Amino acid sequence: MTTPPNAVAGSVDSQRIAPAALSATRTLYWSIRRELWENRSIYIAPLAVAAVALLGFLIGLMGVSHSKHAQGSPDAAHQQGMIATSYAHAAWVLILTGFIVGVFYSLDALYGERRDRSILFWKSLPVSDRTTVIAKASIPLVVLPAVVFGVTVILHLLMVVLNTGVRLVSGRSVATMWNQLPLFQMELVLLYGLTVMALWHAPLYAWLLLVSGWARRATFLWAVVPLLAISIFERIAFRTSHFASLLQDRLYGFAMEAFSFRTPEGTPIDPHFIPLAQLTPGKFLSTPGLWIGLVVAAAFLAAAVRLRRYREPI
Amino acid sequence: MTVIEARNLRRAFGATVAVDGVDLRVEQGHILGLIGPNGAGKTTVLNAILGLTQYQGELRVLGRDPWAERDQLMLEVAFVADVAVLPRWMRVSQALDYVAGVHPQFDRGKAEGFLAKTTIQRTSKVRELSKGMVAQLHLALLMAIDAKLLVLDEPTLGLDILYRKQFYDSLLNDYFDRSRTILVTTHQVEEIQDVLTDLMFINHGRIVLRCSMEEFESRYLELMVLPEHLAAARALKPIHERQVLGRSILLFDRVGRQQLAALGDVRTPSIADLFVAMMGNPGGAAQGAAQ
Repeated sequence: MTTPPNAVAGSVDSQRIAPAALSATRTLYWSIRRELWENRSIYIAPLAVAAVALLGFLIGLMGVSHSKHAQGSPDAAHQQGMIATSYAHAAWVLILTGFIVGVFYSLDALYGERRDRSILFWKSLPVSDRTTVIAKASIPLVVLPAVVFGVTVILHLLMVVLNTGVRLVSGRSVATMWNQLPLFQMELVLLYGLTVMALWHAPLYAWLLLVSGWARRATFLWAVVPLLAISIFERIAFRTSHFASLLQDRLYGFAMEAFSFRTPEGTPIDPHFIPLAQLTPGKFLSTPGLWIGLVVAAAFLAAAVRLRRYREPI
Repeated sequence: MTVIEARNLRRAFGATVAVDGVDLRVEQGHILGLIGPNGAGKTTVLNAILGLTQYQGELRVLGRDPWAERDQLMLEVAFVADVAVLPRWMRVSQALDYVAGVHPQFDRGKAEGFLAKTTIQRTSKVRELSKGMVAQLHLALLMAIDAKLLVLDEPTLGLDILYRKQFYDSLLNDYFDRSRTILVTTHQVEEIQDVLTDLMFINHGRIVLRCSMEEFESRYLELMVLPEHLAAARALKPIHERQVLGRSILLFDRVGRQQLAALGDVRTPSIADLFVAMMGNPGGAAQGAAQ
C-alpha cells in the first residue's frame, strides 16, 4: 500500500474536522442557491406581478390626472383614497403571488428530483437529507417572504415616484399625498404580516413537502384529496365540520390573532392601513394554534427527511 | 486497507430476494468489475454500498455504515449511477459552482482542465448537451473529486463506442492510481476486460465467481477443438461448449494449457465468453459456484 505515513493522514483529518460547522452552513447556502437556480419563478413571478401592478397603477394615475377638472370636488378626496389603497392592493397581490408560488414549489420540491432521476446526482454529494429538506423548506418559509417584501418595497417606492411625478406635472399638491401615505409604517406592517403568515402557514408548506417526497404521481391530488375526504367524512358521519374549520383557520386564522381590526374605542379600522398600534404580536405568540402548528410542521419535515433517505427515482 | 467489507448482505423487495447473502471484500487499489445479467442484484449491491438502499447483514464502506452516514461517506466516495442523472436545467458553470460549494475535496481547476479538452460550453444547460457530452461533464466533475472509492453503475449506457473508449481511457490515465479503488458494473463486458484487476459474477443475488484477472487468465482457457479430437476434449469436462462456423469451442476451467494445445487452438477466453458459459447453463454456474 502506497499511502502516506500516519502523521500526514492525521493532519489531513484534523483539517477536515475543524471547519465542520462552517461546511454545514456552506452546504445549506449552496443548497438554497441551487433551488433558486432551478426554480426561477421564486423571484420572476413576484417581479412580473409587480410590473403588471405598476402598469395598472400608472394607467390609474393617468385617469386621475385627466379628470383634474374635478379637483376640489368631493370626488377628488375619494380618488385620492383609491390611489392610496392601491398601495395596499399591490402588497396583497404580491403576498398572494408568494403564497401560490410557495404552494407549487413545495409540491414539486421533493417530487421533481425523483421524477427526473437527478436525486441520484444530489445524493452522490456530501449533502445530508436533512440539509436538503431544510433548504427546500426555507424557500416558502424564508426566501419567498423576503422576496415578496423586497419586491413590494421597491414597487411602492416606484409608485411614490410616479405618483409624485404625475402630481407635479398636473400641478397638484405633493405634500397632501405624502401626508396621506404612511409608507414606512406600511412596510413595517407588511414585514410583520409576512413573518406572521410564514409561521402560521409553516405546517401547510411542510405538509406539501411531505406529500411531494412521498407521492409517486399527482402530488396535488395527494395533498388535497385526503383533506377533503376527511372533511366530507366528518360532515356525513358526525354532522360536524371541525376539520374543515381547522383548515380554514390554518389558511387565514393568523389575521385575527396577529392584528386587531378595532381600535380600543371599538371603531373598526380600514384594513388597507393598519396602524402599528393595531399589531398584536403578544396575542399571536400566545396563540396555542401557532405553536401546535410549528410542532406539526417540524414533525412533517422530520418525516420528509426520513422519506428522502428511502426514496429512489420514480 | 479494506475499502468495502460486506458479510451476508441481504436485501429483499417483498417476496423477491434481490441480494441473497453476499460476502464481499474489496481492498484499496483494485478495480473490480461486478458482472451479472439483468435483475441479478448488481445495482442493489451498489446502492447498498452507496447508502441509497437499506440492507440486512453487515456492511462497512471506508469504515462507515453507508445507510446511516451517506452524506459523510460521500466526502470520500464518488459515484455515477447512470449518465442521465445530471439535472437538465443546470448550466455547466452552475454544476461546477455547486459541486465546488458543497464538496471540500473537489478541485475545480482539475474539472475545468478536463472540460477544456471537450467542446462543452460553460454557459450550456445540461439539456442542450448530447448524451455523450453529459457523460463527459459528469466524468469531469467526478474525476476532480479526490475520492477513495469510485462506483460506476453502467457508466457508459447508451453512449457510442468512441465515448465509451474515451471514458475508460481517461478513467485509467487521468484518474486511477494505486491508492484509489473502483467498482464498476456494465453490460459492455468486453470493454472493461483490460481495465479490471478483479472480476466478480453475480446471479440471482449470489456471487457466482470471484477472482483476480491474473487468476482468470490462468484458470480459464478456450479451445477451438479440431473435429477429430472432439471426443477427447469433451472427456476433459469443459464447462461450456458452443458452435461457431461449424467448429466446436470448448471452455475449460483449470485444465493445463499443454494438454489442450494438442487438441486444437487454445486462447484466453473473453469475460463475455465465460459469462455466457456460466450464466447460460445452470450446470456450469453450479460448477463455478462450487469452487
